[in-house]
Amino acid sequence: MTEQGQRTRSIVRAAVTLAAAAALYELLARSGYFAPALLPTIPAIVRTLIAMLADGSMIEHAAFTMYRVMFGFGLAVAVGIPLGILMARFQWIENFFLPLVSALMPIPSFALVPLFMLWFGIGNLTTILIVFYAATFPMVFNTWSGVRSVNPLWLRAAGAMGADEQKLFWKVIIPGASPFIITGMRQAFLRAWIAVVGAEMIAASDWGLGWVIFDAKEFLNADIMLASLLVIGGIGYAFERLVFGSIERATVQRWGMVRVAKG
Amino acid sequence: MQDAVTTTISVGEVPDRPQVRDRLRVVMRNLFPFMVVGALWEIVAWAEIFPRRLFPTIEEVASSFVRLTAAGILPHHALDTVIRLLSGFALAALIGVTIGVLMGRSRRAEDICLPLVSICAPIPGLAYAPLFLLWFGLGNVSAVLLVGFVSAFPILFNSWTGVKAVKEIWVRSAQSMGADDRRLFSHVILPGALPYILTGLRLGLAQAWRILVAVEMLAAVPWGLGWLIFGAREFLNTDVMLAGIAVIALIGLGLEKFVFQKIEDYTVVRWGMITS
Repeated sequence: MTEQGQRTRSIVRAAVTLAAAAALYELLARSGYFAPALLPTIPAIVRTLIAMLADGSMIEHAAFTMYRVMFGFGLAVAVGIPLGILMARFQWIENFFLPLVSALMPIPSFALVPLFMLWFGIGNLTTILIVFYAATFPMVFNTWSGVRSVNPLWLRAAGAMGADEQKLFWKVIIPGASPFIITGMRQAFLRAWIAVVGAEMIAASDWGLGWVIFDAKEFLNADIMLASLLVIGGIGYAFERLVFGSIERATVQRWGMVRVAKG
Repeated sequence: MQDAVTTTISVGEVPDRPQVRDRLRVVMRNLFPFMVVGALWEIVAWAEIFPRRLFPTIEEVASSFVRLTAAGILPHHALDTVIRLLSGFALAALIGVTIGVLMGRSRRAEDICLPLVSICAPIPGLAYAPLFLLWFGLGNVSAVLLVGFVSAFPILFNSWTGVKAVKEIWVRSAQSMGADDRRLFSHVILPGALPYILTGLRLGLAQAWRILVAVEMLAAVPWGLGWLIFGAREFLNTDVMLAGIAVIALIGLGLEKFVFQKIEDYTVVRWGMITS
């Protein structure tokens, strides 16, 4: 009863807060104290968003951004997971790659954008490579620590019951490391999502949500900027909650391993 | 007994020969991959698969590194970047810890802040950059505010979780022993939430560092490593760019080694929460 009452009160308060924040913003926007170009009213933002969705330009921008982020993220997963597993299984591979990974990891991916622009020009390739760079390291690192943290008892038990190398790998190591791998994918996607927006801004091509925001600044179109911000936030939120949430539910939560999944 | 004491002293004061050799081996092992990559780089550079201007040799990069350092240009850029990083991070820590602790302690503050925070947090920080530039103009103010704003979120979330994770029973037993609100806060809640807050600070600093370079490129600040790299692109000074990236890597490595790992050693490892 009280728990229920608490919850409804929380929802009411949240709604009131949002309404109050919106009203305050609207008041500021209409006060004329700030230029309307810099602080558009909420109806203006919504109108811009709907117009851009209706004429398909926003969808096209979002599609370009998604293409880049998925391509780079896919590459990062395809490279990161095998590399992480190899590093954890073979000492000499770890000896070779660990110093490189530790030295490259603290370099923010954006620092490489101007360099990649010179090397690969502006456009898809540069953006995809930046996304790849940003997403690979969390992937490698988490896979590596995941495989290393597989309980040696499980390995020995499986070995004693006659599992061969291949079976051991697919039935013990991969499921055992999966909470870490999924955490790594989550972190990697988050990094990739940040990287794609930034790379699109700096290495301005012609399409993409980051480019829209940056381009709108030139023409003082704050309504377009805020509308694109909403789309970017929405997509990121949807991925984090829906995609990775459901992957986690379908795998590690079902296997009862979620206690180690906090990264 | 006497014997044991002398041996421990001798081990502590003068390392044995095998120890030196071991350390040398570790250093060699860590250097080897860099030598391989460096050699590959040199081969590609000398073969001129890419134009030399775009793919300079390591000697050229090193010589411009030395030249720029001697001229004081590189240290000036680096210093400005670090100052910007620290001021942005200080802002973030102040905002994040304050709001996070408030949200953890008071249901009302949580209800009020959570919707706003959960709307603003999932948007990648850089996406705010043009907006901040419009509102606060090009330059330092925008850069520091943006870095502070963006890196406040992990700090806020972790402080909030940390305060909520303080065991109810500790709070109640402290209260029944007559602790007033201030004592409760400083003796029970803050120490209990500290591991989380420190994790948050660490994440926040890492976030600030990742985003700062890009912010410097966009905000056109007069000095700063991001700006150095971005400006060098205009003149195809790839060697200057690579020297700048090297400094960025060094600062990042320094943060990792001397800040994050130290924080971890002094706190969570010592408290036995993880083994390093």
